Amino acid sequence: MAEFLQQLLNGLSLGAIYALIALGYTMVYGVLRFINFAHSDVFMVGSFIGYYAGKLVPENTIWGGLIVLVISMVGCAILGMTIERLAYRPLRGAATLNVLIAAIGVSLLLEYSGQVFFGAAPRTFPALFPSINFSVGGLVLSTNQLLVIVVTTLLMVALQFIVHRTKIGTAMRAVSLNPKAAQLVGINIDVVISFTFALGSALAAAGGILYALNYPSIDPLMGVMPGLKAFVAAVLGGIGNIPGAALGGLILGVVETFVNGSQWSTYKDAIAFAILIIIMLFRPAGLLGKFTIEKV
Amino acid sequence: MNRVRLFAALLAGAALLPAAHAIEPIKIGEIEPLTGKEAAFGQSAHKGIVMAVEEINARGGVLGRPLVIVTEDNQSRPGDSATIAKKLIARDKVVAILSGATSSGCLEIAPICQTARIPFLATTATNPEVTEKRNYVFRVCFIDPFQGAVLAKFARDTLKAKRVALLTSVSSSYSVGLSKVFRERFIASGGEIAVEQKYGEGDKDFRAQLTAIRAAAPDVIATTGNYTEGALICKQARELGLTGPIIAGDGWEAPELIEIGGAAVNGSYYCSHYSSESTAPEVQAFVKKFRAHYTETPDSMAPLASDGLTVLAEAIARAGTTESAKLRDALAATKNFPGITGRTTIDEQRNASKPAVILAVKDGHTQFLQSIEP
Repeated sequence: MAEFLQQLLNGLSLGAIYALIALGYTMVYGVLRFINFAHSDVFMVGSFIGYYAGKLVPENTIWGGLIVLVISMVGCAILGMTIERLAYRPLRGAATLNVLIAAIGVSLLLEYSGQVFFGAAPRTFPALFPSINFSVGGLVLSTNQLLVIVVTTLLMVALQFIVHRTKIGTAMRAVSLNPKAAQLVGINIDVVISFTFALGSALAAAGGILYALNYPSIDPLMGVMPGLKAFVAAVLGGIGNIPGAALGGLILGVVETFVNGSQWSTYKDAIAFAILIIIMLFRPAGLLGKFTIEKV
Repeated sequence: MNRVRLFAALLAGAALLPAAHAIEPIKIGEIEPLTGKEAAFGQSAHKGIVMAVEEINARGGVLGRPLVIVTEDNQSRPGDSATIAKKLIARDKVVAILSGATSSGCLEIAPICQTARIPFLATTATNPEVTEKRNYVFRVCFIDPFQGAVLAKFARDTLKAKRVALLTSVSSSYSVGLSKVFRERFIASGGEIAVEQKYGEGDKDFRAQLTAIRAAAPDVIATTGNYTEGALICKQARELGLTGPIIAGDGWEAPELIEIGGAAVNGSYYCSHYSSESTAPEVQAFVKKFRAHYTETPDSMAPLASDGLTVLAEAIARAGTTESAKLRDALAATKNFPGITGRTTIDEQRNASKPAVILAVKDGHTQFLQSIEP
């Protein structure tokens, strides 16, 4: 029983990381109906900014960690806006496929310029926050794992609030519904889309820092696998739906952990993706997604 | 993407010779994981080789010709080593290939060199399959059946372990092979494998496997993978409250192990090829030269690679030619060659039998614990 609960806890903390990355995917998709494949590489840049900024503040202090988190989120927000301005805006109005291919291009550009600038060898991420292990009745949880769960929950709630309760959120939803009509009623869609990218990239940066705190070996290709898993999580929960991304992430994390702890650990990715296929067969829009008929 | 670096230490010297007598250098191919998650192995091996080449060339080269190393990076990626080996043979026309890549990488290179009849010398690949049934493939290090036996004996006799948990990287030939031998030898010596868990190369979360291991309450955890995963395994094991010793093979021989793992690696042990603390004069001379060159202390990969190159250079000198069949025979006849990591004798299976050392990690440093003869 203790083993089962510990595995569940391990799964939830892994799932929370997937959920955090998935939030960024799902939000950009919700507004622009396009999958930003460069998201997982902004996540990587976020952890590298954290790596360099982490050298400037004392290790193991809460304020130092928070400063690094903020620097990285701001840095990635700027990066996200730049990517949108240079790569996606010129393609606005073109077929969705063109933008998708551009996104893959940006993703590869970031990965391999990362290898040039940061080097391809793994780096050791500094211990930014003080880390303590809690042990309750045989269950162990580190503060870093707890931090992921707390930050993911907070950011999910904040995102839900921004999208549904604020003026800019209303504008985001209006753009998502119909960009032309939104423009006609006086919404500056450039600003709204830039904001969406800034927000999504800041989330990716937060994800990058928290991921690196838990798995302190970072390299320019570190985003590929978690990015893929988070994408699956977003689709699983219903892409475009914020609570859905969190749910998808948690399901994926828990399933993966239980498979990993069993004798079939070799098949963990196969099983995770098989679950995706099964869910897609029965609920094509994902667990919490609304099925809409696309007009051709 | 692959950077080609030509290290022609003596080319400058050769340029001084009259142009009409331009001596053609001897080209040797080198395949290393210079980047990626096994970068520490390749970087260290490359430094060892560069130093050995400079030394040989300073003495006038081999057969009166300078040595030139054509270095290629396999980026620690599966598949790249094979492509590079073909390129080195077909385009660069190297006379032999050296590699400090892992067993998985060397298993890609070996069949290509065998088909092309180009001698291949693996400097650190320990999986026995690398040299099996291939008479052009050699190695200058011990093999996993020996290393696994050493680890099993160490766990049983020194650590007095009765129940061991075994954690294997299923996508690494090295790890799978080493685990197999360890399992057999440990059970044969009266021990018990309490639980076996697996992971894949590049994984970062091992909490699930370690939680299952914790439930089995083993005395010792044996893990047979490489350093990147090893450091994270130690970290997460300690976080989950597993305080017992963790033991590993020579895949842990990299400074990154302690850099990434920090205090969590303390209290673990691994098997390796040599210790820089050894008092043997050739080791001390090498460590001194290496420090003067690179301002760091060499781990096992550098002296092994350096020995590999000198063994090859000596074989070329004995063969009197770089013609591949004769060079192969000369390599196979290597006997009692004095190197930094002990005497190299190539046996009938084209392996070298060398002593192994057990290193302990204490207070963020490795310490020499014991040396075990084959």
